[in-house]
Parts: sequence; structure tokens; C-alpha cells
Amino acid sequence: MPAIEILGLEKIYQVGFWRKRPKVALRPLNLTVEDGEIFGFLGPNGAGKTTTLKLLMGLIFPTAGSARILGRDWTDAEVKAQIGFLPEQPYFYDHLTAHELLNYYAQLSGVPAKERSHRVESTLQKVALPDVKGVQLRKFSKGMLQRIGIAQAILHDPKLVFFDEPMSGLDPMGRREVRDLMEQLKQEGKTVFFSTHILSDAEALCDRVAIIHKGELRGVGAIEDLTSTVKGKVELTWQGAQVPSAIKALGAECHLSGDTIRAIIDESKQEAAIDALRRERTRLISLTPLRTSLETYFLEKLRHAETTAGRSS
Amino acid sequence: MNNRIAHIASNTFREAVRDRVLYNLIAFAVLLSAAAIFVGQISIEIEKLVVINLGLTAVSLFGIVIAIFIGIGLVSKEIEKRTLYTVLSRPVRRWEFIIGKFFGLTGTLVVNTFFMAIGVFGALLYVSHKFVRADALIFVALYFIILEFIIICSLSLLFSSFSTPLLSAVFAFSLFVIGSFAEDLRGFAAMTHGFTRWLATGAAYLIPNFSALNIVSSIAHAQPVPSQLILHNSLYALFYAAMALSGAVIIFEYRNLK
Amino acid sequence: MKQRRQVAIIAGACLIVSLAASALLLRHIDQLRPQATLEDVLYLNSPTVLKRLSLGYNGLLADIYWTRAVQYFGFRHHSGAESFNLLAPLLEITTNLDPHLTAAYHFGASFLAPHPPDGAGQPERAIQLMEFGIQHNPNDWKLYYDLGFIYYMNLKDYPKAADAFARGSKVPNAHPFLRLLAAQMAEHAGEYETARMMWSATYQNSQDKQIRQNAVEHLRGLRADEDITELQKLVARFGQRTGQLPTSMSELAAAEGLRGLPVDPLGHPYKLTPDSRIELTDPDYFPFATKGFAPGYKPPQQFHYDQP
Repeated sequence: MPAIEILGLEKIYQVGFWRKRPKVALRPLNLTVEDGEIFGFLGPNGAGKTTTLKLLMGLIFPTAGSARILGRDWTDAEVKAQIGFLPEQPYFYDHLTAHELLNYYAQLSGVPAKERSHRVESTLQKVALPDVKGVQLRKFSKGMLQRIGIAQAILHDPKLVFFDEPMSGLDPMGRREVRDLMEQLKQEGKTVFFSTHILSDAEALCDRVAIIHKGELRGVGAIEDLTSTVKGKVELTWQGAQVPSAIKALGAECHLSGDTIRAIIDESKQEAAIDALRRERTRLISLTPLRTSLETYFLEKLRHAETTAGRSS
Repeated sequence: MNNRIAHIASNTFREAVRDRVLYNLIAFAVLLSAAAIFVGQISIEIEKLVVINLGLTAVSLFGIVIAIFIGIGLVSKEIEKRTLYTVLSRPVRRWEFIIGKFFGLTGTLVVNTFFMAIGVFGALLYVSHKFVRADALIFVALYFIILEFIIICSLSLLFSSFSTPLLSAVFAFSLFVIGSFAEDLRGFAAMTHGFTRWLATGAAYLIPNFSALNIVSSIAHAQPVPSQLILHNSLYALFYAAMALSGAVIIFEYRNLK
Repeated sequence: MKQRRQVAIIAGACLIVSLAASALLLRHIDQLRPQATLEDVLYLNSPTVLKRLSLGYNGLLADIYWTRAVQYFGFRHHSGAESFNLLAPLLEITTNLDPHLTAAYHFGASFLAPHPPDGAGQPERAIQLMEFGIQHNPNDWKLYYDLGFIYYMNLKDYPKAADAFARGSKVPNAHPFLRLLAAQMAEHAGEYETARMMWSATYQNSQDKQIRQNAVEHLRGLRADEDITELQKLVARFGQRTGQLPTSMSELAAAEGLRGLPVDPLGHPYKLTPDSRIELTDPDYFPFATKGFAPGYKPPQQFHYDQP
């Protein structure tokens, strides 16, 4: 059973005061997230990622479509006991302490009274916030608030977790910790759905990604599948100060950096290039098939969307 | 379900207390003590009257102001600050949220009134040096003031569910002032004719009946209150609050949060 | 979505039921607290204190007290009450809060001075109210008229009435009849004509329904009194001429050359009783007439005067 099934969810806002004009925040979206995977929801700012999440959480209502979460209707309040949500730039009740806040959330999520304090403690450990007893949340730094946000999302041991820009506001160490945490959640058999515009994080973590731009889905799939095809090019790196003319003759694209040279050539010319380098007695460092980065794929999808939009409008 | 409402209520109470709402008690205590001492010095045979009138009026007004200023923020602030997102992502129904907030706010005011009541009785003891049976009527006045709070809290929540804090405060406060003259309004409506009469009567009945709950001056003159009136007023406050809260629930249920 | 609608339906039903219940309870509460709005007046009949308490919103509060005064009197008058103790305090509070609310003075003139059940029976207090009004509105000739009216109608103090009218006539833009009335007081105070002038003037110069209704009824009573006096004179003349008393109204009418049967201001014919007295057919409609009643006639306690 898929963890999330989005079936044509659509959101159109009516903007304006006197004459209302429709503004499409999300075109009918169809998407499936499988159980136990880390799914990345990628897109530039304003693409509709947060809109999708808010629709799934029941914070806003769709103009069309529906969804199923863990096999049940997304409006079913009971299913919320098994999901966690970290909103973007979270903000919490200023005057509570971390313990009080998490305890409150545990109460609302139906965690039995006996287990609550234990859960709160262990979750605070998990998010690396062990020493915050008695400190009111208004004194927390942005990074600490982000961790509390994650804490409240996983506190009640949900099967499915939604993170909206979980890395925002964190320093590199914090981001590493969050990445590790998400890996750990996957180890525990949970499904993670997170939205981000930082592609390197997605590349490192996700099993599958979806790309959304201007409210429309542009691509879905496993990362390897999306980035695999760069038709027959290989990347050659070797030690050297200048590019041998033989290599240049093969029509290679070369980059020099320090005493390393990187060249991209057609797969068919691969043997010729290696021979040329051997004749020059250069030290070969690596020969790898070229994959596009996710970034390239991403930008290309966006550009494609722009041009199709330009053509159709 | 009941647990969730109770938890939301107690969290609302805690937020209010931490937000230093109870500091108003200090201002109240200062005011009442000053009045009691001042009046006690002059000894013009109406010390008791002044203490009761001033004390009860202050309890009522302080409470109404708190009810409005906290109440209007209860929903709109949570939406603005998006603390609501993490609450509604849990198995909490939207209506439970509204009802929980209502009980939290009302509870805060009851506690506040309790402390103020101690202050009033204390001041009374200071000027009269003893209690008489008729002083028990002050409890009735305090009870009616709490009924006023119940109505105002429900109205503040209603406005907060769809309006900005500033407008909500204006609406709620206006309804309080107009409602204090509700009996005059109903009498006035009865003097009009035709379509105006329908309109005026409808409006006059919708306006909260604060005038019947404001018995401060009659209590100060030790006039007893018929028990039937106590019963009717209690039921009225409950039904009125139920009406306002139902409205809030419906509005909030359909509201797209930003 | 189903759940949303369920919640909305239940909440909607709750709203409607609560609305109905609270409206019903309000009616009960109003019945349990008759004249609740007048509690303040009972406990706080010092106008100056009230003025201070109103925090500067005098005008609005004056309007509210004025409305209460009108309702108070109208309600009690309609149910045939015998006392109107709160009318004076209500009017005093009103005018203290807003000394330029002239309607209050006019109301006081008409209803504070007369004896119950037509008024509060407090002419001295009414005089005080008028003088207060004159003090704050010295160029309002109508107040002088009201003052003179009270002296004339309720206290029968014709010199003082003349004095009031004279003062009023000196006010710029005063109605010319004030000087006329001042002169009239001297010679013809007790006559029908003067009384009729006064009541007509009151009627014409007022917008208030109750005041006008009151004036109309007085005029009606005056007319009836005048007619009956005349008719009695005719009966006497008939007797003198023929040596007998007339047996019926038509006989009297024919003998004295009247055009048709004489009717009262409401159109009902006057009766000639067997003992040759003229009587009103419907005395209930003439609360201010002094003649034409059968012996032992008692005016009704409650009567709603619906006649035009």
C-alpha cells in the first residue's frame, strides 16, 4: 500500500478585491509515494511545494481532487495520529519550555500519559537538544527551533513524516544531523516526504524525487533513472599541466584545475584518448561514464517548462 | 476527544498566565486598596457602597478588557504565527480547537475573578469591620459577571475566527457597550413600526443582554435577586455562548489557513 | 470533506437552537425585570453624579434617559397608573445631561404638572424644570409659553402666567400670540376661548405624539363643555318660551332652529335625558370634559384612545 496517493489535487485561489481573478497555485497533481522510501519534493520557491503540503495536512482545502494517506482519506482526523509534520520556518508558543511544548503535542497526538515524559526525553536526545530544561522557547535560536520542529514531528513515532524545508536555518553540522536523522527514520521503516530547493540534499538522501514548477509536476522518478542518460559521454581525469594536442584533436571539452585536467569526450573516442595519454606518459586518474547531476536535470526541466509555457501562451 | 479539549484549554490557560495576564491583579489590588483606604478615612457613611460599586465594576471591566484582548488573539494569532499548523497536523478536530480555546480563556477569567473577589471582600472587611448576611449577594453579582465573561469570550472567539485582531476588538467592545443598553434597545424597538420594527427587534434580540447581568448598583443597595432570574440568566448566557461558538466553529471549519 | 459538512451541520443546528432559546429566555427575563432600565434612577437620582459618571458622553446618555422617560410615562399612562414618581427624576436627569434637549421640557410641561392619572401631579417641580430650561435656553420662546401654560392650566395663577408670557414675548422671533396671551390673562383668563387658544397652540407647536394627543383630548373636552353649556341654555330658553321642557333632541333642534341634530366633536349626537339634561353619548372618549356625564359616572381605568 503506498504511503501517499495524491489524486488530482488542485488549488486555485481567487485574488483581487472587486473582480476576482483566478490564480493557479497547484495544477491537478497526481503522485504516489511508496511505503518506506525517502521522497524528495523539489522545486524553486513559489512552485507549489508548501501548497501541496498544506493541502495534505488539511490546512487549506483543494478546489478539486483528493488524496489518500496511509490508505485512508486525507481528511480523516484519526490518520493524523500516524503522521508528523514539520512546517517551514516553524514557530511555537513563546512562553512554553521545550518539555512543556513537546508534552502538549504528545497529549494531542494521543501518546499515553505513562509514556509521555520518556518519549519527550528520548526525542530531545535524538534531535541533539538534551539540555534545554526550563528554558522558554522564545530564547531559542533558529537552529534550535528547527530541531524542536523536527522533534514534535517524530515524537509520537509516526509512520509517515512530512518535512517542509527541513534544512533551512541550519549550519552544515546541523544539516548533517538532519540528514542522518532522516536516514535513521528510513531505517526504522518510516516513510519520509520532504520538500526542498537544495538539490544536493535531495541527491544525497532521496530514493525518488518529484520536480514541481509553477504549480505543475515536471518530472518524477528515482534519481539514478533521472540522471543516468547522458548519451555516450565519458569523463577522463589525469595529471598534467596542459592538454595534449591529440586530446584536443578528439574534440574534447577540457577543464584545468591545478595540476589536474578533466576532459569530456565521446564514448567512441575513449580508447583513442587513453592511447594518447599513454603515449604522453601522463598519469591517468579516472575514467567514468558521465551522469548529469540532478541540478542539470532540474534546470533543464525548468527551462523546458518555460519554453513550453512561452509557446503555449 | 474530551482529553484533547482539556489539553488545549489548559495550554491556553498556561499561555495566558505566562503572558503575564495575572499582573492585572496587581493593578486591581492597588486600585481597590487605595479606594478602601481613602473612603475609610473620610467616613461619609457610604464606604461600603463605594467599595462594592467600585470593586465590582473594576472586576467586570478589567475582565472584559482581558477577555477581549486575549480572546481576539486566540485564533488569529495562532494563524498569523502558524503555531496552528503543528496543532492541526495532529488528530485534533478544528472544532475541538475552538472549544478548547474557549474553556481555556473562560477558565483564565474565572481564576482571575476568584483572586479579585478575595480583594473585594478584603476591602469590604477593611471598611465595614465585619460581614453581614447581605454581603452574600456579592457572590451573585460575581456570578453574573462571570456569565458576562462567558458571553464576551464566545464573541471574541467568534470574531477572532474570521477577522483581524483590531477589528475583532472593535466589534467585541462595541457589542459590550451596546449590550449594556440592550433593555433600552428592546423597548425602543417596540416603539417602531412596520419593517423597521422587524429589523430593530431582530437586532435587539441578537445583541447580548449585558444589561440584565449588570446588577452592581442593586447589589450595592442590598436588593435581593429572584432565583428565577438567576436561572434564566444562566441559561441565557449558556445558550448565547453556544450560539456564538457554533458560529465560530462553522467559520473556522471552512477557513483556508494562510 | 464529509466530516467538514457533518461538523457544519451539527454546529448549524446548535446555532439555530441556541438562537431560539436565547431569544425566548430574553423575553422571560424582560418580564422578570419590568422597568429594569429605571433602576439607575431609583439609586442614582443625583443628576450631577450621573453627569460625572457618563465620562463626557452626556448627549448620548441624555438621549437614552429621554427615551426611558417617554416610555415610562407612556407605559404607565396606558395601563391607567395613578402615580408617576419617576417622571420628574428622569426628566431632571435628562435635562441635566443635556440642557438643550428641549423636547424634555415640553414633555414636562404637559405631563409633570397635571394631576394623576393625567400626569405626575407635581406642578412646582414642573415650574422648576421650565425655569432651568429657560436659564439654559433664554431665547427659546416656547419654554416661556410652557411656563405660562403651567401657571395658567394647573395652578390657575393668572398673574404669573401673564408674566411668563410677557417675558417670552420679548424674546427675538417670539410668536406674536405670546403678547396676545399676556393681555388675555388679565381679562379673559377663565374663558373657553383662552383655554382653546392655549391648547391649540400646544398642539401646533409640538411634534411629540403624546403631547399632541393630550392637547386634542383637551380641545375635545372644551368643545363638548361649550356645546353642552349652550345646549343647556337652549333647553332653558325652550322651557321659558313654551312653559314645558323639550321631550326629545329633535324637538329642541326644530324649535330652536338648529340645523340637524347637534353632534359632539366625535360625531355622536348629544343626548337629551328624560330630566332634561344634556349628556354625552360616549363619555369615555371625553376624559377632559367637565359636563355631560350621567350622575355616578366613573371614567374607565384603562382606555386606549384610538380616535383620530
